[in-house]
Amino acid sequence: MQTGPVDNEIINRVLKGEQALYAQLVKRYTPFVFTIVLRYTANREDAEEIAQDVFVKAYRSLADFRGESKFSTWLYTIVTTTCITFLRKKKVPVHSLDTEQVFDLADNQNSSFKANQVEQKSKVQVLNEALRLLSIDDARILTLFYQAEQSLEEIGLILGVEPNTAKVKLHRARQRLKEKMEKHFTEEVKDMVG
Amino acid sequence: MNKPENIEDRLWDYLDGEGSGDDRLFIEQLIASDAEWKAKYQELLELQDLLSHRLELDEPSMRFTRNIMEAISKHHIAPAAKSYINKRIVWGIAGFFFCTILAFLIAAFAQIHLTGASTTDNSFINNINLDKVDASGIFNKTYTTIFMMINVVLGLAALDMYLRRKKAKAANQ
Repeated sequence: MQTGPVDNEIINRVLKGEQALYAQLVKRYTPFVFTIVLRYTANREDAEEIAQDVFVKAYRSLADFRGESKFSTWLYTIVTTTCITFLRKKKVPVHSLDTEQVFDLADNQNSSFKANQVEQKSKVQVLNEALRLLSIDDARILTLFYQAEQSLEEIGLILGVEPNTAKVKLHRARQRLKEKMEKHFTEEVKDMVG
Repeated sequence: MNKPENIEDRLWDYLDGEGSGDDRLFIEQLIASDAEWKAKYQELLELQDLLSHRLELDEPSMRFTRNIMEAISKHHIAPAAKSYINKRIVWGIAGFFFCTILAFLIAAFAQIHLTGASTTDNSFINNINLDKVDASGIFNKTYTTIFMMINVVLGLAALDMYLRRKKAKAANQ
């Protein structure tokens, strides 16, 4: 992920009137924004709508980006607030259910994902499916740390918490992820650990 | 000290590159010498590798970028907030209210005429006559009611803000 002067250079030129250059920023950050939004809602159409809203909001308030943090950190803050607003409007609990009931419901739905199905799952599949079972908070922080490559200080800025709190949340998210994988994908995890 | 959750926390700190040189050396020695630490380390290393390198990012539809560029063509970039929030104006309004309150207080004190026990003593305090204080113009029933209602609304808004902040803090923990 490119950051630093290249992003700031593009931003300065967009502010001076080169609107078409904004497409470069959009292309660069679309996968990260879309992936983070998908942690809030599994519906891809909703996720695309939210992600578009994020980029439009970012464009309209581009003059407020002071360059004190990375552009990605500032953008992911907009993602967080936009997603929370969207979920509140849809009256969906912001902190998703992280209970056995959710898992059982997912198991009974006619979806391609059956948690206890006896089939060979790749390690990545197991991980992705375990991530889907996590709460929004846990999935979000793992995505920000590992996929969006944000530091704990930056995650603290995005979530509005202290870096130490972000560190504790990260530790807990990892722990819960491991528990999900061990509980629901026992055979596959045994293979992983060897 | 070496409870499973402690081992995991310490190993995660090690994998994240945290801790002093001595701490990291100590962890390395534990990993090399203790079977439990070694097994746990391998497990977490595998998970770390998956999370760091194997998770794929999702992509939206092909039209996504074009949709955004079409959307922003209808919008302008808003001017930076610091360009239209003039702190001098904010301080000016605060100064106006401060002066108004001060003027009311001076007017109120100016009406106070106190009388002293001694008729020959002309000091300021002895000339103050509380009986002649007429506050009915200031403390009119309608204005008092309106003033109290505004205070109640502001107080409720402040209480709401405080409770929301407390709730958000509890939720984050």
